[in-house]
Amino acid sequence: MKTFLRRWWLPLVLLAVFPLTIVLPQTGIINPYIDLVLKYIGINIILTISLNLVNGYMGEFSVGHAGFMAIGAYVASIMTVWVFPRNLGPYIFPLALIAGGIAAGIAGLGIAFPSFRTRGDYLAIVTLAFNMIVKSVLENIEPIGGPRGFMGMDKLSSLTWVFVWVVITIFLARNFVFSKFGRGVFSIREDEIASGLVGVNTRQVKVLTFIFSAFLAGIAGGLFAHQLQFINPRSFTILKSTDMLVMVYLGGIGSLGGSILGATIFTLVMEGLRTVLQLIGISQEWRLVVAPLLLILLMIFRPKGIMGLREFRFLIPHKERPEDLAEYRKKVLATPED
Amino acid sequence: MSLLSISKLTHFFGGLRAVGDFNLELQAGELIAIIGPNGAGKTTVFNLVTGVYRASEGRIIFRGQDLIGKQTHETVSNGIARTFQNIRLFKELTVLDNVRIARFARTGYSPIEALFHLGRFSSEEERTRRESLEYLQIFDLADVAETTSKNLPYGQQRRLEIARALATKPTLLLLDEPAAGMNPAEVERLMELILWVRKEFQVTIMLIEHQMRVVMGITERIKVLNFGETIAEGTPKEIQNNPRVIEAYLGEEVEA
Amino acid sequence: MDFYIQQVLNALQVGSVYALIALGYTMVYGILTMINFAHGDIFMVSSYIAFFFSTLLLSLALDLHPILVLIATMLTAMFGTALLAVVIERLAYKPLRTAPRISAVITALGVGLFLENFMVAFKPVGPAPRFMPSLIPAVNYTIGVVTVSTIQIVIIVVSALVMLLLDAIVRRTMVGMAMRAISSDKFIVPLMGIPVDRIISITFALGASIAAVGGTLYGMAYTLDPYMGIRIGWWAFISAVVGGIGNIRGAMIGAFILGFVEIFTPVFLPSTYRDFVAFSLLLVLLIFRPTGILGRPITQKV
Repeated sequence: MKTFLRRWWLPLVLLAVFPLTIVLPQTGIINPYIDLVLKYIGINIILTISLNLVNGYMGEFSVGHAGFMAIGAYVASIMTVWVFPRNLGPYIFPLALIAGGIAAGIAGLGIAFPSFRTRGDYLAIVTLAFNMIVKSVLENIEPIGGPRGFMGMDKLSSLTWVFVWVVITIFLARNFVFSKFGRGVFSIREDEIASGLVGVNTRQVKVLTFIFSAFLAGIAGGLFAHQLQFINPRSFTILKSTDMLVMVYLGGIGSLGGSILGATIFTLVMEGLRTVLQLIGISQEWRLVVAPLLLILLMIFRPKGIMGLREFRFLIPHKERPEDLAEYRKKVLATPED
Repeated sequence: MSLLSISKLTHFFGGLRAVGDFNLELQAGELIAIIGPNGAGKTTVFNLVTGVYRASEGRIIFRGQDLIGKQTHETVSNGIARTFQNIRLFKELTVLDNVRIARFARTGYSPIEALFHLGRFSSEEERTRRESLEYLQIFDLADVAETTSKNLPYGQQRRLEIARALATKPTLLLLDEPAAGMNPAEVERLMELILWVRKEFQVTIMLIEHQMRVVMGITERIKVLNFGETIAEGTPKEIQNNPRVIEAYLGEEVEA
Repeated sequence: MDFYIQQVLNALQVGSVYALIALGYTMVYGILTMINFAHGDIFMVSSYIAFFFSTLLLSLALDLHPILVLIATMLTAMFGTALLAVVIERLAYKPLRTAPRISAVITALGVGLFLENFMVAFKPVGPAPRFMPSLIPAVNYTIGVVTVSTIQIVIIVVSALVMLLLDAIVRRTMVGMAMRAISSDKFIVPLMGIPVDRIISITFALGASIAAVGGTLYGMAYTLDPYMGIRIGWWAFISAVVGGIGNIRGAMIGAFILGFVEIFTPVFLPSTYRDFVAFSLLLVLLIFRPTGILGRPITQKV
């Protein structure tokens, strides 16, 4: 029984939380505002993990990730508003989200190629240009509203759905990170040339990571769109990308736990500021100064973030935990050497 | 047929000729060294063979295959591994992970299988884990498998880098100044290690080295470079007494 | 045909302003190999300094000659902006000179965004567009087939003068020589007795002052808003990259190319496509020829 619990406590906890996400908002135990904040935390967790894969784990320079989010948001919204009949909304919602993710993933594939040849700052510019181009293209497509935006989505992003997608994201990201691909990603960050010279197919790894990361950002975009019920190109500018950067570098690069922490802290701080500023009578616009300032301070004083390159134990698969590895090692190498 | 056949290899960096008309016929099982003053072009030769740079002129044929134009990660699949002058381990990764990464190409599962823990994922991960630990054990690094590699003492880091290179199961091993920064006792152990590696793993070894004890002690054939050009080639004894070699290192003629 | 000649003139005007800003990007990159993403927003601040100062000066009703007002405004903007740039460099960039590249990139982005949002939140500025008081009577002259306004003439002429001045500084003064030395090899230079930190600060100050000239000139012809830094700054940045970032002459060439893109795109495509064209140009360039027109490729030593 004890070993069973030890292995399965996390899935059991998640299973227990699941019905809570349905019941608590509906019975009003959680008021709509808290419901909203929790949903934003969830969406931000997905965004942070998405960006962390590329910037944190792989050490690349993506500063325009909001572009992927935008693609996911628009594609998912088009699916639920135009492509499918309204009453099917709740049922095709996951499909719409995945469609948004796939569309974003294809864009991610596009960005992966420049990353083969461009280094450092140049890749940052490429991703920024990408962000700008996405925004510019969206503004020029009249049928989806151009600069005025796209609206009419049903509020399909329930707390339950957000929770489910957060769990899926963490599960997939964890599996990716603790596989040969994740090790490849880390090795690219540490030393790309050495990585290639020990046999890592760096191109394959980069492509995979960009696609996966963009896919996740697209999912987050779709969830975002179906919470706000309105999106326009201005929701996905560099300011949004900067928010994502803050969350990654605050929580910790190369860490899933860090991503969760960073997203949670940042969302709560921004919401908290909203209330605080209101109370002391300062205009809300000052909130927008906080994120850039935080970013600068983080870069100067603690660029690796709170959990830089470290991980919570419960997020590491059992076999990969240091103690388990040591035990495994002793077992496997038990035959004495002659 | 030679294992490695390099002919008229020449490489320019802009207007500077780093390597000029380098030729080499390397047979399987040999242990040779390339020596020369700093900046002579030795590491450039390694970089050219492993595809880090694409040679300006010349041919590199390894096991019958033309290496010029191949990407770096194909180096390993071709059967060549190398270490670096200034130890390029994956510092933030554990000792075990450094070796596991070298098994990247031989760990056989797809991204989808990895994402969803399907199919061959578990069995291949297990196999890689076990084989990597076995490599570590051979190099006496098993006890520190879970340590972050940047925390290892220098000598162990060097061993790890060699272990990692061998984990790619190469036919040819390129060692770039493996004795750098070592004290005499460590150098002795390194020499034994290199000889043992050649026997155990049946690899051909090409070294770059400045420490003459290593070069004269274990290598069979030496090529001497200076300013990109080959100025001498021969057995350790021949090289030791070659006036051109002495001049290159000391800068002037020495009365024999 | 007349239409095209007229547009060429307009392109020169626009290109001049881009050039003044592009120089700042390129000089900082040349000396620190760092892209100062905040530079566009520094330009924006310079415009606002010009705006506030000229408004203040004119409100004092001292009955000064407009040229004097213009010069005073420009000098104040130059000085104020230079100060700002040096403060930013010392506080935010200097600590990161040895840090990994991404830290500097992100910090620069952060500084730029901070400036933008600060200006939006800061009451006396705010997000609404502002007009600078007119410093030069806007008179249109018709020469043959083209119509030229005094403002246009001032912009083009002043920009040209500034660029010539900068070229002279970089090529003929000790400071300029030190700048070029640091661009080539950052490590040897301190060993030769050159105060690297001071030269770097001077470079920032110089780049910012030139941008301030652009800011003042810009304010004379267009409206100001806190987000103008992004729009114009980015176009100027693309200019610098097109010309070959790090190369001063390249920045000027690139700026005029972008000026032409800005003016001539609406002739062939709806004007909302301008950003798309410019950024696509940037993307294509970065992928196929990242060193731009006049830049030289750099090989990495392993």
